[in-house]
Amino acid sequence: MNHAYDVSHLLAGLMLVASFALLYQDRIFAVLNIFAAQAILLAMAVGWEAWTQQRPHLFITAALALCLKGIVIPVALHKMIVRLGVHRDVEQVVGVGKTLLLGLALTSLSLMLVLKITAAAESFTREGLALALAIILLGMLMMITRRNAVTQIVGFMSLENGLILAATGARGMPLVVEVSVAFSVLIALFVFAVFVFRIRERFDSVDVEALENVRGDTK
Amino acid sequence: MTGVDFSAAPQLAGLLAAILLYGVAAGFAAIFHRRRGALATVYPVCIAAAAMAAVADLAELIADTSTGFRLPLGLPIIGLYVRLDALSAFFGLIVNVGVLTAAIYGVGLDRNRDLTARVEPFFPAFAVAMNLVLLAGDAFGFLFSWELMSLTSWVLVVSRHKDADSRHAGHVYLVMAAIGTASLLFAFGGLAGAAGNYAFDAIRAAPPGPIVSGLVLAGTIFGAGSKAGIAPLHAWLPLAHPAAPSHVSALMSGVMTKVAIYGLIRIVFDLLGTPVWWWALPFLLLGAVTAVLGLLYAVLDGDLKRVLAYSTVENIGIIFVGLGLALAFKASGLAAAAAVAMAATLLHCLNHSWFKSLLFLGAGAVLHATGRRDFGGLGGLIHRMPVTAALWLVGAMSISALPPFNGFVSEWLLFQAVLAGPAFPEPVLRFMSPAVGAMLALAAALAAACFVRAFGIVYLGRPRSSAAAEAHETARPQQVAMALLAGLCLLGGLFGGVTVSAIQPLLQMLAGAPLPAAGTGPTPFSLIAFDAARSIYDAPTIALFLLISGTLTALLVHRISSRRTRLGPAWDCGFPEPSPLTQYSASSFSQPLRRVYGTTLFGASEIIDMPQPGDSRPARLTVRLQDYLWELLYAAPAAAVIGLSERLNTLQFLTIRRYLMLVFSALIVLLLIAAVWF
Amino acid sequence: MGETLTLLFGQTIQMFLVLLVAPAITGITRRTRARFMRRQGAPVIQPYRDLSKLVRKESVVAENASWLFRSAPYAILAFTWVAAALVPTFASGLMFNWAADAVALVALLGAARALLALAGMDVGTSFGGIGSSREMMIATLAEPAMLLVVLTMALSAGTTRLPEVAEFLISAPVTVRVSLGLALVALVIVALAENARIPVDNPATHLELTMVHEAMVLEYSGRHLAMIEAAAQLKLVLYISLIVCLFLPFGMAPADAGSGAWLTGIAAYLVKLAFGAVLLGVWEVSIAKMRVFRVGEFLGGAFVFAFLAILLAFLTREVLK
Repeated sequence: MNHAYDVSHLLAGLMLVASFALLYQDRIFAVLNIFAAQAILLAMAVGWEAWTQQRPHLFITAALALCLKGIVIPVALHKMIVRLGVHRDVEQVVGVGKTLLLGLALTSLSLMLVLKITAAAESFTREGLALALAIILLGMLMMITRRNAVTQIVGFMSLENGLILAATGARGMPLVVEVSVAFSVLIALFVFAVFVFRIRERFDSVDVEALENVRGDTK
Repeated sequence: MTGVDFSAAPQLAGLLAAILLYGVAAGFAAIFHRRRGALATVYPVCIAAAAMAAVADLAELIADTSTGFRLPLGLPIIGLYVRLDALSAFFGLIVNVGVLTAAIYGVGLDRNRDLTARVEPFFPAFAVAMNLVLLAGDAFGFLFSWELMSLTSWVLVVSRHKDADSRHAGHVYLVMAAIGTASLLFAFGGLAGAAGNYAFDAIRAAPPGPIVSGLVLAGTIFGAGSKAGIAPLHAWLPLAHPAAPSHVSALMSGVMTKVAIYGLIRIVFDLLGTPVWWWALPFLLLGAVTAVLGLLYAVLDGDLKRVLAYSTVENIGIIFVGLGLALAFKASGLAAAAAVAMAATLLHCLNHSWFKSLLFLGAGAVLHATGRRDFGGLGGLIHRMPVTAALWLVGAMSISALPPFNGFVSEWLLFQAVLAGPAFPEPVLRFMSPAVGAMLALAAALAAACFVRAFGIVYLGRPRSSAAAEAHETARPQQVAMALLAGLCLLGGLFGGVTVSAIQPLLQMLAGAPLPAAGTGPTPFSLIAFDAARSIYDAPTIALFLLISGTLTALLVHRISSRRTRLGPAWDCGFPEPSPLTQYSASSFSQPLRRVYGTTLFGASEIIDMPQPGDSRPARLTVRLQDYLWELLYAAPAAAVIGLSERLNTLQFLTIRRYLMLVFSALIVLLLIAAVWF
Repeated sequence: MGETLTLLFGQTIQMFLVLLVAPAITGITRRTRARFMRRQGAPVIQPYRDLSKLVRKESVVAENASWLFRSAPYAILAFTWVAAALVPTFASGLMFNWAADAVALVALLGAARALLALAGMDVGTSFGGIGSSREMMIATLAEPAMLLVVLTMALSAGTTRLPEVAEFLISAPVTVRVSLGLALVALVIVALAENARIPVDNPATHLELTMVHEAMVLEYSGRHLAMIEAAAQLKLVLYISLIVCLFLPFGMAPADAGSGAWLTGIAAYLVKLAFGAVLLGVWEVSIAKMRVFRVGEFLGGAFVFAFLAILLAFLTREVLK
């Protein structure tokens, strides 16, 4: 039991660390690599859960995470960046130091909140939920502190990693939901990709701030 | 009015006699203010009174008799209720040792240049006021002496009234002091309740309910906090403290802020009843922010005395964090940890009063010797003022919390309290404690940077002005005063364990428990927070080790080395430049810190004006800093008040009919209110 | 009485062991770097030769240097030496290990640093000032992270005394703890910054605007420089010992083991030190020096790691309660 906890704690904790690395990193390929690492960690965490709790259907979730988010999506994004010749530095709206401090505050908040609310729940659930909420919030933070559309996509995917972690911890979530979540993410990727291509075609940049200029109500 | 039996309370009687002596000195100086000889006698009398008072305070601290009686003075019928307990005695010791050293410094003042009728009569009066605040046994006495303390110190701040900065400082100080006292008045109103029990004993017997307690807490933090200099109510402090003569600055920064902390402790820990955990939140938040912010101000400032004043703001922040932790632990039922936090707080009050007084007296010596207190005009004073420099170094190391001096003892205890933070049952407090600890560590490191900068720029390097190059060592009494304080800093650093044992009854009273393992260490001087296996700091052993290893090194090196020393020009990588202006300046020293911390907090920006080739005008680097707190919380409301009063000004030019109409409508409004209310 | 004498003896061994072994550790690091750069490199004992040469040469002191400049090297070496004597190295529970805990240890090093920064400003040159100011800035970034590392230790072992922490970690069941790993990363980053190693500072440069430590000690020569160098080498040993004592305490002789077990303890300690020195050398050749204003982000990383370590430790404590 304790051993099971240690490994799942290790994997989920490393996922959280990866979220922070995403916030810290300012080179776009490194961001993709970290994202892939986070997805692989997620796959391992889900796989470990499936193994120790004898919930074989979770292996499917793990495999999905591994293939789609660990391999397919990073490779696709990588190719897209190369094809589009996107600027390789990530432009940040807020400085790295402040973003990291905000991230720490958000993590403290989510741990505090989950531990307080779920005092009666069983330990695996609490652990998973607490870390998952932190990862979700950090993904959102990444989306609002970055201006580059590619990193916003990564932020969104990382947020979704948190969702799957939460679903794994929550027990009793049917496979259908997970599969549909995975596919919706894939669809989201396509939407984003099309979106990015369109911005690129039109404004010669993937900086989402460029969109501000075409908004009718700003002038 | 019953007769007062002084023999039953010798300590209190001694204190009252000392206060009387202070009063005599003040009166004498006020009456004979035209005679410099009379003004000069103030300081010796103050020394006597302060020594007497300090002995009485010490006696009370050890004996812990806790006595009080009603004096037939002050307000009619109520009289003046004075009482003395260990808490008052502890802070009394801080006050009177501070006054003692400031007065010794005063003896050395230049009789023809420095003594004025605007300072000397008020110096003892200030001491009287501070002592009375500590002895007050009811709200009336407390508020009266609090206000007396504000007014006497205000007079001292504006003593150089021809200087526009002093006048501005005095103005801001007076406004803040008035608001602060009003807020305390409100707090005492809440404490007294509907029954109107203004005596502390009565309040203690019937503490207010939860909602009123919250209001009283807010009023107290605002009132006493603004006097102590907690951010964002600190704005007056860096203006007022440096404006006063240096020995008074020492008293204001080192001692008066502690009297304000006494007020806080008296109300929050003694009178307000059982604490609730969330009471600690404002203390922790304000304290941690103040500690870091105060030092960032200090490290970016270019005026020696203002840097010291800002560092006072920082230390008040540390004290607030200590108080917050003590409150939180006490409310969580962790009495031992509360005792550790409280011990840290009290020791820090004591330590800060010593090293801050020392630093201000040293700044006064520098100011006297060179006529300057801006970093741009100082430098190299270690050669011209060796004694002051050495003593100031002790103060600087103490305030930077470096062992083996006293600042580290309280800092160490405070960190131990922070490290006990994970034991909080309340998650908010538990998650806050590492953040608060990190802020404290940041403040400690910034303090070291700030005082390395201050000492390095003022005393080391080469003189930046002719005044600094021709400085003279300060007078003997002033050296004695500083040496006394430096000695206390060292002794306090070595024997912190002994001090903690001496205040055990006080900790029992305030935190609900004494330190659990005091005196159980391997040596009698070990400082132990919880138990010896958990954390320990044995300063004498460490100091002995330092001494041994230093001596060993010196012996070893001198045994095998050539011992040949040649004096030569500075190397400076082969490019020595004779002009002292090429040295690192104070603002270049703080540039890395400004870039790392200042861009967000102060909107720091550098404007470089680089002339084109061929243009003969000099290149210029301008640094712009913005004090957002001042603009938002002080300048904006002040502008609003002025705008409003301009509007109301038209009221002075109405016709009689309109005035009558105003009066009439006011009456109608009041009648309406009465009709609705009752 | 006999036991006290033994412990005193052990303490003395430790004091001189760290002092004697320190130059060799620096030598190993330099040698590793040289070999990875395909150079022959100086022999491992070169730092000893340098020190003895420096001690025997005459000392050139600037004309306007004060007493602080001349006495600071002794004090700096004394502070660093005492700090190094307090870290458990080959055995825990020696005579004076108890005298200060981790918080006091950090403060002792802080005192040495403040004195060095002051000495850098004493002659009044621009290089000295630049070094001092940057050193103090780096310290403000490193100290909060260091305190959080100590807090993580206190959380898992319940004490801030290093011998107790080491003994706790030796006896505790082997488990995978993310928080300890994160604390280790944070401590390593802090150690790199505190010892003026790449990527924060480059110990091998001169006349470069990015230097920090070397700029401060620029005016020193002869025996004074020897002491400063010895203190720097000692500090490196101290930090490696600290990391080893907290995260690899295996092989350390327990408090009551007596002098027999010390020999194996010393052997294990020396091996661990050498290993740390080699790792440091490998790290330094594989990474570039950072701009000085990027150091904030690097050390900010240490702070984040340390804080995350605490948060995860809180989580574990709460969940497994």
